[in-house]
Amino acid sequence: MNAINRNEQNALARAVLEIDVNNHAGVMSHVVGLFSRRAYNVEGILCLPVGDGRQSRIWLLVNEDQRLAQMMKQVEKLEDVIAIRRHNADHAVFQDLESFFRP
Amino acid sequence: MTETLTGAQITVRLLERQGIRTVAGIPGGAILPIYDALGQSTAIHHVLARHEQGAGFMAQGMARATGQPAVCLASSGPGATNLLTAIADAKLDSIPLVAITGQVPKAMIGTDAFQEVDTYGLGIPITKHNFLVSSAEELLEVIPRAFRIAASGRPGPVLVDIPKDVQTQAIEISAWPEPARAEHAPAADAALIEQAAAMINAAERPILYLGGGVIHSGASAAAIELAEKAGLPTVMTLMALGAMPVDHPLALGMLGMHAARYTNLALDECDLLIAVGARFDDRATGKVAAFCPQAKIIHIDIDPAELDKIKTAHIGITADIGEALGQLLPATFQNSRKKWVDRVNALKAEFPLAMSDLDNPRSHFGLIQSVAACLDDDAIIATDVGQHQMWVAQAYPLRRPRQWLTSGGLGTMGFGVPAAIGAALAERERTVVCFTGDGSIMMNIQELVTAAEENVNIKIVLMDNATLGLVHQQQTLFYGERLFASQFRSSPDFVKIAQGFGIAAVDLDASANPCATLMEAISRPGPCLIHASIDAEQKVYPMVPPGAANRDMIGA
Ligand SMILES: Cc1ncc(C[n+]2csc(CCOP(=O)(O)OP(=O)(O)O)c2C)c(N)n1
Repeated sequence: MNAINRNEQNALARAVLEIDVNNHAGVMSHVVGLFSRRAYNVEGILCLPVGDGRQSRIWLLVNEDQRLAQMMKQVEKLEDVIAIRRHNADHAVFQDLESFFRP
Repeated sequence: MTETLTGAQITVRLLERQGIRTVAGIPGGAILPIYDALGQSTAIHHVLARHEQGAGFMAQGMARATGQPAVCLASSGPGATNLLTAIADAKLDSIPLVAITGQVPKAMIGTDAFQEVDTYGLGIPITKHNFLVSSAEELLEVIPRAFRIAASGRPGPVLVDIPKDVQTQAIEISAWPEPARAEHAPAADAALIEQAAAMINAAERPILYLGGGVIHSGASAAAIELAEKAGLPTVMTLMALGAMPVDHPLALGMLGMHAARYTNLALDECDLLIAVGARFDDRATGKVAAFCPQAKIIHIDIDPAELDKIKTAHIGITADIGEALGQLLPATFQNSRKKWVDRVNALKAEFPLAMSDLDNPRSHFGLIQSVAACLDDDAIIATDVGQHQMWVAQAYPLRRPRQWLTSGGLGTMGFGVPAAIGAALAERERTVVCFTGDGSIMMNIQELVTAAEENVNIKIVLMDNATLGLVHQQQTLFYGERLFASQFRSSPDFVKIAQGFGIAAVDLDASANPCATLMEAISRPGPCLIHASIDAEQKVYPMVPPGAANRDMIGA
């Protein structure tokens, strides 16, 4: 599959979630736990602190299925989640990382 | 003025300031500093449970009876794991609970230290939120926050794990945080309320569908007022029983798997379903695609994630139920809706709940009826899980919010006795009845001695069919009558057991006049076990078979 094809397919089947969270040890477990308990695979995860480090931003690459809206609502309910935004799969954040993930 | 206090003392002081007067728990190494501080408290009464699950359900009983967050305590490792079932149960029924666990000292976390378990990790999927506290200072923020989270919005359990060195760390305190209170939910969208009112006004065959959120929100009176004004026949989930008195002319009782036929049939005909504080649980809806097939849906819930989760609503409103109903009321027209109410009453007359043998106190329904005859609406009714639970839900005349304590979402056997003890501790002036089964009572029977020790006014009505009745029923109906592991080959002498634990006990089987024996046992203050054998062949009927639509009920 060439790169264009792959991106096209991703654009149809995937979504990128951008999640602002309080930066402490348990947050990642809270967020990904919501996915794993529903057997909802997370294809990609990226997380770094933002600004003074009291907050972090988690980027998730997920398959898009009919549960995604419910997933987002569940994530939004977490105490340590400040905001969640949804982007298309062609968002630069994961694409720019492709060079690190060559087999 | 500054004081130097340890993390343990700070924790206890914060509980006191929060208004906590009773806690239940069991001590152990990793929580001993907190117990040491608790022992010095004159404000807080500690109830020593005999199993941490018992402590968790006692706290639940307090919280369910009062609506206020309640506290349970356990040590690290096995203490914490023993609490988990009660916490998970609180999560599924949205009960405000603050569970405090001891943890090994910070430096030993992650070393497989003695009695170390990842309490934080275990807590994540079964709590509303959880904390691992890393300093005594942090307690000042975390403890009030735990109460605020437990009580705000959709209530739920919060777990606070406190390492032992945090409990012993001494710091100077100059100011205390304000005790936490439930946060106000954002107001309902006025435009959506307007549309919902228009939809109700235009409906011909509306039904009001009340869930546990109505109880949590304290909105029962508002729900009844709306039903009366707009002429809305009203169904309740298991969790909402008591929100509208069963004998209210508009009450259609519980919906779903063990509803009366007329209730599910009325839902089948409705053209508008107004779901408030309900979550379309599978036991309520049956086959979802066939649930209220003709109806438009208005769904009001404080938890936005409940909207559109199971059924897509035509109007979804995120709000506190009481507030939303308050806004909805003036916008709806007075309407007796005689034609629809008459139709529902005709269904009721044609397909009523068949309660056999009501006059016989040795039958299951007769026993429930006879117990009810000994009590007024001030009594609290708790249950365990099984056939007896469903029979009580069907037959007990519940008339008051928070009168009814049952494990709905998780359906946990063992809930009943400790929850009843907790309710009795919180509401000393009430009589608390716990209907239980011979299977369920064994799951937390050790708490009978706690009942004796606390001398709580609970009456345990043990409906003994010498089987795991609900399993027996399923195997009989759906597994070709292959009864396996559902009949007890040996049964204890429950009367002797209760007496051995130090509580009074009577056996209705041996009584020439069971009604008189019941009356006497129930009116005598203090804990009492009332044993009654019932027929193992009895089924909870009618019933929606697994996977079927609610209209397709089987049995009487
Ligand atoms: C902790 C737990 N284990 C297993 C079950 C499955 N279960 C549901 S009802 C039931 C039988 C309950 O028996 P009993 O308490 O005697 O009540 P009965 O149905 O006979 O009235 C069982 C085993 C459960 N709900 N909870």
